[in-house]
Amino acid sequence: MTAIPADSAPKDRRRLAVHRVEIGDRIYEILTTACALVVPALVTAIAIAIFAAAWPALTKLSASIITSSDWDVGAGRFGAAPALFGTIVSSAVALVIATPLAIGVAIFLSEFSPRWLRQPVGFLVDLLAAVPSVVYGLWGIFVLIPMLREHVMPFLRDTLHLGATPFFSGAAYGPSMLAAGVILAIMALPYISAVSREVLLAVPRSQREAALALGATRWEMIRDAVVPYAKSGIIGGIMLGLGRALGETMAVTMVIGNRPEISASLFAPGYTMASLIANEFSEATSDLHLSALMAVGAVLFIITLIVNAIARWLVWQVSRERAI
Amino acid sequence: MRTRTSRHWLSGVMIGLTYLAAILATLPLLLILAHLIGKGASSLSLSFFTNMPKPVGETGGGMANAIVGTLILIGIASLIGLPIGIGGGIYLSEKRRTPLAHTVRFLSDVLNGLPSIVMGIFAWEFLVRPAGHFSALAGGAAVGAMMIPLVTRTTEEMLRVVPTSLREAALALGYPKWRTSLSVVLRTALAGIATGALVAVARIAGETAPLLFTAFGNQFWSTSVHEPIAALPLQIFTYAISPYDEWHAQAWAGALVLITIVLVISLAARVVTRSRFGAAVD
Amino acid sequence: MQQSTEVAPGARVIPNVVAPRPVAAPAREASTADKPAVIASDLWAYFGDTAAVKDVSFAAPAQAVTAIIGPSGCGKSTLLRCLNRMHETAPNTRVEGKVEILGTSIYGEGTSATVVRRHVGMVFQRPTPFPTMSIRNNVAAGLRVAAERPQSRAGLQDTIEEALKRAGLWEEVKDRLDDSAMALSGGQQQRLCIARALAIRPRVILLDEPTASLDPLSTQKIEELVYHLRETVTVVIVTHNMQQAARVSDRTAFLLVGELVEFAATNALFTAPKDPRTEAYITGRFG
Repeated sequence: MTAIPADSAPKDRRRLAVHRVEIGDRIYEILTTACALVVPALVTAIAIAIFAAAWPALTKLSASIITSSDWDVGAGRFGAAPALFGTIVSSAVALVIATPLAIGVAIFLSEFSPRWLRQPVGFLVDLLAAVPSVVYGLWGIFVLIPMLREHVMPFLRDTLHLGATPFFSGAAYGPSMLAAGVILAIMALPYISAVSREVLLAVPRSQREAALALGATRWEMIRDAVVPYAKSGIIGGIMLGLGRALGETMAVTMVIGNRPEISASLFAPGYTMASLIANEFSEATSDLHLSALMAVGAVLFIITLIVNAIARWLVWQVSRERAI
Repeated sequence: MRTRTSRHWLSGVMIGLTYLAAILATLPLLLILAHLIGKGASSLSLSFFTNMPKPVGETGGGMANAIVGTLILIGIASLIGLPIGIGGGIYLSEKRRTPLAHTVRFLSDVLNGLPSIVMGIFAWEFLVRPAGHFSALAGGAAVGAMMIPLVTRTTEEMLRVVPTSLREAALALGYPKWRTSLSVVLRTALAGIATGALVAVARIAGETAPLLFTAFGNQFWSTSVHEPIAALPLQIFTYAISPYDEWHAQAWAGALVLITIVLVISLAARVVTRSRFGAAVD
Repeated sequence: MQQSTEVAPGARVIPNVVAPRPVAAPAREASTADKPAVIASDLWAYFGDTAAVKDVSFAAPAQAVTAIIGPSGCGKSTLLRCLNRMHETAPNTRVEGKVEILGTSIYGEGTSATVVRRHVGMVFQRPTPFPTMSIRNNVAAGLRVAAERPQSRAGLQDTIEEALKRAGLWEEVKDRLDDSAMALSGGQQQRLCIARALAIRPRVILLDEPTASLDPLSTQKIEELVYHLRETVTVVIVTHNMQQAARVSDRTAFLLVGELVEFAATNALFTAPKDPRTEAYITGRFG
């Protein structure tokens, strides 16, 4: 503390001691800035580390890593096309199932729910996001798969005669693309519904009242006035859910069957990029194998990065409008 | 032009469908909880918490090491993730419009969506490969890094709702900026920040994928941060994909314990919002 | 540049005014009453490129109440916030000119804004008790960073009690010092904020429309309080309420779009304004 005037003239009580360097403020600013810098540093480090590790495989195998279906560790051939295919298909199935449900719940909670139901239903749906992935996997193995095998798959194939299409044909093993899709749907649902609910609630009251004043029914109000207004935010929520589904590892690994084959049927087992890494990474002994797995990780990193960036951008569109 | 009645009929059906969606969306959680209790509770006993895993065929095995391991991993992750995340959140709330703030916000959201397995291979590359062995530290760092973007964003949100007038009041009393930030702004938002922290902890408590190549798992008792360490999610995974019925039962019991931990933390996050004078900000 | 020429020369002269009061004002030491406590010279304050305070010069006498009046948006709050360096806490702001508090230039090189604010207290338009703190801790809040703080527990209690008494709040809260400050009424909260500002014994206290958000009864209490505060501290109060300025202040400054139009003894300004714009304002023709 450098109280210059007061110290130099202690008897003159009229002078103010105002000289003092705020070293604390400097330290605080440096510390918080350093913490903030960790985030960009982390993203950069992840990108560099993974691409550096993937580099040998990328140069040696080039595009065949995602175009070839031949994954033979012993022979040094690493074509991860089935895993890429499985990642995309299982996520697509998940979105097809989860999107209508999630938007339905979001509309229910933001528009129609009785007041007393809003909290508990919202909480239960939010809680889906808190259930650990490995618990979903466990439940998938012992509850969902038997149920799919014994009831849902025969129903789809035989009762609905969907077996005539390539998508629902073949034997019902259990572990399958469909099982992965259903599990991923449950896991993506809370993300989609949380974002959708938020953007629906952000739609101005005037928008709703205007529609009702024009004689619209409550459903028409939602369809014509509320949903269009919140559309880009809802799509952002779906993208966010997609990002989750694409990168999800444990639950999928436990139910998808882990077979590196491309099959049109959802009843057939498949593979995803994340489960490929999870299964083989700790057993990878050759440098090329390790590098190939890193390359798969790099592809996954890029895909989720793009999907999440788009999601963020779409949701920000809505929230920025709301903020101004 | 459709008739008035058919339009109202459609409206009723669509509203009914949203009710159906709400039922279908809450069903999985209720089913999972019911199965966890139904299949897991019978294998739960005191010995589950105190005993070590036993080989197939021997009865009375437990997951003591995995439970302790998970707590240690959560501790390491929190030590890394919470201070950095809160510090980053403070930066974002104080320097709202700097280019760095915009970048950090965007990259936090991107990092939040990063597959946890990618974080796992990153941690392996940075911490396991150079060290030459798996370790609790690497596992904790991997999940701790996952907490950073989450905590950063919730902290910023919570600090943002603290009225500027309080900040000014403290500055006018002669508080330096850093003390204003810590003892007034942060203190006022503390309940919210604690909630965010708990939500982040709940999210990483059950993480498995990033632990596969970092903490790795351990069949033996170990609390050393430099050794591979057991973790509840890893143990559940190993047991679930095994062919043995006893292990399956153990997996269910472990899952019940894990979800109880996660749910208790999630509920605590809700309760903590009502702190002593917490709700009184205008 | 010097738009306020009619004011500036007089402003440097130490006013020797004791406004006539219904109650006898306590005798003041001549030495303190004669010295201006706050001197602003050629003061400009900016938001970005817009000047909110334009070349204002005035001198507020020590241990007296100086009121700053003017229509809303005239820069009176900004002017006040320049006197304890609060203006610079908002982003993109700038201050030019000189402010002296008791002979010390507060914008001088190497001067700490933080330390300045410990000597120049401030109370805002809306009550701002710290919501996480008890009544007691609110009063003690400033003491934690003050240069001279009570060393003993008893000393701290005495300081808290004294501050609350000076703010006229002691009797109402002495039995519930550990309750949340948010449990108090708006008027009580505002007096708590005054007590909080007084506890660190500032030389000057700045009040920024302290009664704007209060009911008439609370307003009256605060006005009485301000009236008595002059006995121990120099007060500068911003108000949009002319009656309030007339009731509590010794000198009044009239501000219009950032310029100081007139600065005079309160009685003189309200009964015989020199500037036609002042006259227009106080007779209610605009603002």
